[in-house]
Amino acid sequence: MSDSHEPQASDSGPPPLHGLLAEYRTPAELLRASKKVRDAGFSRWDTFSPFPVHGIDKAMGIKMTILPWIVLGAGLTGLATAILLQWWTNAYDYPWLVSGKPLWSIPANVPIMFELTVLFGGVTTFIAMLVLNNLPFPSHPLDHVRRFARATDDRFFLLIEAADPKFDETDTRALIDATHPIAVEGVPEDRKTSDKLPTGIIYSLVIVTVMSAVPFALAAKARYTKSRSTRVHIIQDMDSQPKYKAQRENPVFSDGRSTRLPDPETVAVGELREDDHFWRGQDHGAWVRTFPPTFRVDEAAMLRGQQRFGIYCTPCHGFGGEGNGMVAKRADELAQGTWTPPSNLTDERIRNMPVGEIFNTITNGVRNMPAYGPQIPASDRWAIILYLRALERGHAGKIADLEPAERTGL
Amino acid sequence: MAAISDVNPFVNAPAGDSAFARITDNVSRIAEVERPPRAWYIAFACALAILSIFLGSIGWVVWNGIGVWGTTMPAAWAFPIVNFVFWIGIGHAGTLISAILFLFRQTWRTAINRFAEAMTIFAVMCAGVFPGIHIGRPWLPYYMLPIPNQMDMWPQFRSPLEWDIFAVSTYATISIVFWYMGMIPDFATFRDRATTFWRRLCYGVVAMGWRGSSRQWHRYERAYLILAALATPLVLSVHSVVSFDFATSQLPGWHTTIFPPYFVAGAIFGGFGMVVMLAVPARQFFGLKRIIQIKHLEVMNKVLIATSLLVGYSYMMEFFVAWYSGNKYEAFTFVNRAFGQYAWSYWTMIACNVLFPQLHWFKAVRTNPVATLIIGMFINVGMWFERFVIICTSLTRDFLPSSWGYFIPTKIDFMTLGGSFGLFFTLFLLFCRYLPMVAMAEVKAFHPSAHAHEPDHHVEHAGQAPVGI
Repeated sequence: MSDSHEPQASDSGPPPLHGLLAEYRTPAELLRASKKVRDAGFSRWDTFSPFPVHGIDKAMGIKMTILPWIVLGAGLTGLATAILLQWWTNAYDYPWLVSGKPLWSIPANVPIMFELTVLFGGVTTFIAMLVLNNLPFPSHPLDHVRRFARATDDRFFLLIEAADPKFDETDTRALIDATHPIAVEGVPEDRKTSDKLPTGIIYSLVIVTVMSAVPFALAAKARYTKSRSTRVHIIQDMDSQPKYKAQRENPVFSDGRSTRLPDPETVAVGELREDDHFWRGQDHGAWVRTFPPTFRVDEAAMLRGQQRFGIYCTPCHGFGGEGNGMVAKRADELAQGTWTPPSNLTDERIRNMPVGEIFNTITNGVRNMPAYGPQIPASDRWAIILYLRALERGHAGKIADLEPAERTGL
Repeated sequence: MAAISDVNPFVNAPAGDSAFARITDNVSRIAEVERPPRAWYIAFACALAILSIFLGSIGWVVWNGIGVWGTTMPAAWAFPIVNFVFWIGIGHAGTLISAILFLFRQTWRTAINRFAEAMTIFAVMCAGVFPGIHIGRPWLPYYMLPIPNQMDMWPQFRSPLEWDIFAVSTYATISIVFWYMGMIPDFATFRDRATTFWRRLCYGVVAMGWRGSSRQWHRYERAYLILAALATPLVLSVHSVVSFDFATSQLPGWHTTIFPPYFVAGAIFGGFGMVVMLAVPARQFFGLKRIIQIKHLEVMNKVLIATSLLVGYSYMMEFFVAWYSGNKYEAFTFVNRAFGQYAWSYWTMIACNVLFPQLHWFKAVRTNPVATLIIGMFINVGMWFERFVIICTSLTRDFLPSSWGYFIPTKIDFMTLGGSFGLFFTLFLLFCRYLPMVAMAEVKAFHPSAHAHEPDHHVEHAGQAPVGI
């Protein structure tokens, strides 16, 4: 190959010989010629044909390529990659537990092992074939031999390079002539075509390489620096929606509330609650001292009240109503000084309190007692008061209150 | 436009003083003619129009969401996955012809392998579009790839859908590599015949300086053999993996062990159907009758009979197992397939896939290009309906009658399905115009004059040599 890319005119004399090219009409002639050249002991020579000629490997003495071993290595690399990839991603780095299946089990991972083996092997086959064949090979002295264009069409060629140690122009030409080619031609070295890349292409490649690093540099910068600006949001993916989020103002309504209020001067069906006595424990603004007429005072109501009292009241007030429930006891133990103790429901003050006021206290709460109105239906509140009255009666009772028969049982 | 020829320039006998030269000329002139005939322009314009429908419908789907298709519960897979499996199935013939028939030394393959491979790649491209748009947010398909992402999560490798990603992308990659590698010597032929600078430059770049050196041919042939050996199990694996998408689910009608071989047989069947469908007009139109001969069509039609019987056997075996298993859901599913609300599609499938191809038992039919073309079309329709039957009957009639339904496709569904043929034919027509349609080097290698007069070797394959030029 020529080292120079100056124009031929500046060189003195004709270009040196690259080799001798012989042309044949059939593959059989090429095979016969190849055997002769092989047996003459040449090493730097080659034949060219439009298709692989059957038996040419033997006729030329071409040794078996190492390509299959390279492919084997690549296939095994693909297999190992698949095993490592699946184990590392699904069993180690991010354990993916699916339907109780084992994190790592060979059978479920076989398909991808197979695919990557074939992928690595196949792509390597192609690349290794190119590399071993010295491809891409842009320019060759043969490209300037007119008749050689038929090497990819219908003719068969044999080239002995002048660089071969056994090459001698007259002797080698005689050897070739003896094989009865159609034509023999001396191939000059190529001095016109530079074997260097044009500078334009080199600069373009450098610029493209540098530019291609820019996105990666930006990604790396974004990863290791902090930014206050919001991310670029090209595709919205329904990420920003006008909707209520907990503990935030509702952007949908102008008043910022999420739960809507009823329209003024309207009442929902069944919510009129005209009966002040039953619903508020009041009669013309004063606390009532009697149970509402619509509330039936009987044993069933008493038992209901006992049960509801057990659920809602005992945690603070205790089963006996003395203000010694579990919560109160615990608060006393903690002695934090912030605790307002629950009332003793059996003392004088509560006993003399109108039932209407007690009803109001249960409904709306007092001090640190919360409002139970929303949790306990009004009739159950009255039932609790009924039971409370029974508790108070029990506390204030004297031995004389009992029947004689019962006294003996004490 | 005056340069457009009204006369087909490909009808004349190819030029050349030897069989090899005539093969070169017969194939190369298709890509070398300055203006292809008017019919090519008409076909290309139609293909582009259909392609624009495809792109338009995809744009509509991406903009509005996949609700514009009829795809909805319970038929959550519907047309997009039917189309995916249909196209990926068609994509099986090319590599089968290139790889498996190569290993079996079926020399007749050289006449058709190049455009069958091209067809494979274009079919896989059509197939690849559908899962991509069916995921609903087509800008997020990278979630399926094992790349580190902002969620710090990895894909789940025990899912057949994930296997599918690897199987289909590996298949596409290897098919392209195989196709391109096969074309390198033919690109070199185009380069050496080029009369203009640009042709010489473009074909020169893709030929990568191939000069037909025997030392290069040695490694090239070895590489081709290895690729064939690697691609052979790959062909069988791709549709097996696609069938796992169905077979590993619990749905009656899907949950069967027969699926992988049944799908592979169906894929080869459908792929060969597409090959003959393309081969008949291609040989007619591009003057390739000397290379793609009637006897090649006949061999392919015989493959169609064989695969048609395999597919028919699978249909019967599904019914047998449904009865023999004693599973009432399975039994119901198959009775429902044949006599339920989708019976029309089932019997279309049976007619196209099992009945019509039997006509090829008659030599007069299987050596008739027009009959070959028509039966090839029927097979493609039938294979599309096979996937429709499998997907839609099972999804709309599963265990729970309360969630039964009926899939009704929308206009957009049909536009996306029909439009995908636009993508396919656009690519195929461009391929016919600019790339070597027939593997010239391979055809020459199996021509009788490539072997004759060689004293060291007996004449191999001479009796079944594919080309009579």
